[in-house]
Amino acid sequence: MITPQRYWREIPQRYRLEAGKCKKCGYICFPPRLICPKCKNREFETVRLNDEGKIASFTIIRVPPEQFSDLSPYAIGIIELNDGVKILAQIVDCDFEELEIGKRVKVEFRKIRSEGEAGIICYGYKAVLLE
Amino acid sequence: MVGIVGYGAYIPRYRIKVEEIAKVWGADAPSYKKGLRLEEKSVPYLDQDTITLSVEASKNALKRAGINPKEIGAVYVGSESHPYAVKPSGTIVAEAIGATPEVYCADFEFACKAGTEAMHVCYSLVKSEEIKYGLAIGADTSQGAPGDALEYSASAGAAAFIFGKDNIIAEVEATYSFMTDTPDFWRREHQHYPRHGGRFTGEKAYFRHILGAARGIMEKTGTKAEDFSYVIFHQPNGKFPLKVGKMLGFSQEQIETGLLVPKIGNTYSGSSPLGLTAVLDIAKPGDRILLVSFGSGAGSDAFIFRVTERIREVQDKAPKTWDIINGKKFYLDYGTYAKFRGKILKA
Ligand SMILES: [Zn+2]
Repeated sequence: MITPQRYWREIPQRYRLEAGKCKKCGYICFPPRLICPKCKNREFETVRLNDEGKIASFTIIRVPPEQFSDLSPYAIGIIELNDGVKILAQIVDCDFEELEIGKRVKVEFRKIRSEGEAGIICYGYKAVLLE
Repeated sequence: MVGIVGYGAYIPRYRIKVEEIAKVWGADAPSYKKGLRLEEKSVPYLDQDTITLSVEASKNALKRAGINPKEIGAVYVGSESHPYAVKPSGTIVAEAIGATPEVYCADFEFACKAGTEAMHVCYSLVKSEEIKYGLAIGADTSQGAPGDALEYSASAGAAAFIFGKDNIIAEVEATYSFMTDTPDFWRREHQHYPRHGGRFTGEKAYFRHILGAARGIMEKTGTKAEDFSYVIFHQPNGKFPLKVGKMLGFSQEQIETGLLVPKIGNTYSGSSPLGLTAVLDIAKPGDRILLVSFGSGAGSDAFIFRVTERIREVQDKAPKTWDIINGKKFYLDYGTYAKFRGKILKA
């Protein structure tokens, strides 16, 4: 169960892929951090990650956690965005045979989960293959 | 000049054919295919709703507009399938595209004309200089009851339009609305599926209001059918728009580009707005376009657009509507479709 407060705090990352770019060395942190892991600098500018990239690796989930059981089976992958940042995302709208490491994808806005019949609906990013 | 500065479409990639639905209910597929010119319809995936479709259509509109989303001063989503009963879809859409917090926002409802109503309000706010840009969206993931005639057409899609004063691609030359209290189609609170008045939905509802709005705007502007390169009518099926077009003196050629319903179904609030995106994809500078929506309850909004030189610069900046329709798609059997639409639930 995700609380509305925690979901709300992560909206900039979930909706807009907002990251922190180190003002000193240019390293991009996603999600943003307080201290740059490369140069220990504490100043960042907010940037939106590019919404295209490629599949770095993927796997098919056939026995998912209960809350995602309607989606079974589904693909999940590590996506390397054009900025070099890697994100974990479900890959949707595909036949599993089409999936290959290196294939181009883009990020789409999707429902991630609903908290039962009466709770909040959580939105975020998933990946689809670029044609 | 006030008009559209960017537009975008989004249609889910899943489809179900009319035959597949007819097979389950023992219905006559040819009567839907030939009689109503319905072939297949779009189906949203389990993780798609009016909000997600609206966000994707808006991202495409932003690509064409080439503006900073922070300059959008109003976000209005028109739909009859807002995911929350209380909490505006527009809040999530505006946040996802980066238009918050300095932005006017509310959701619109008026059956299938909620999208054009949102367009009219954005146009008016820009014209009165209350805002610089306004984002209007028509989107739906509509449902028909199992076996009901509406199940063959009720589908999903979204169209988004950004209105502004600078760099417009289509100027709004005139607007008009024709509205009465007509109980042709409704859904009461807490009911899952809508009800409709059967044959009553044709003549007294669709035809009366579309004819009223189309004739009204043409009279107001002194225009005739032949003054338009394209016309888009609300499209609950493939037959009504051709019939109403003929009554108004339009040819099939003027109607066809924006007639998407045979391939994607009735996207409700997205219906005539998506037709407009398909027309803008191929329109040339100087073309005049007539758009007439229809929403049960009942009313029609009419717009006359005049395409500008800038159209050529933006057409290729985002996916074109007919390319989306003819692009990648997955056909569903009825069982999977029923699961996607929540008509059956896992025990
Ligand atoms: Zn650094």
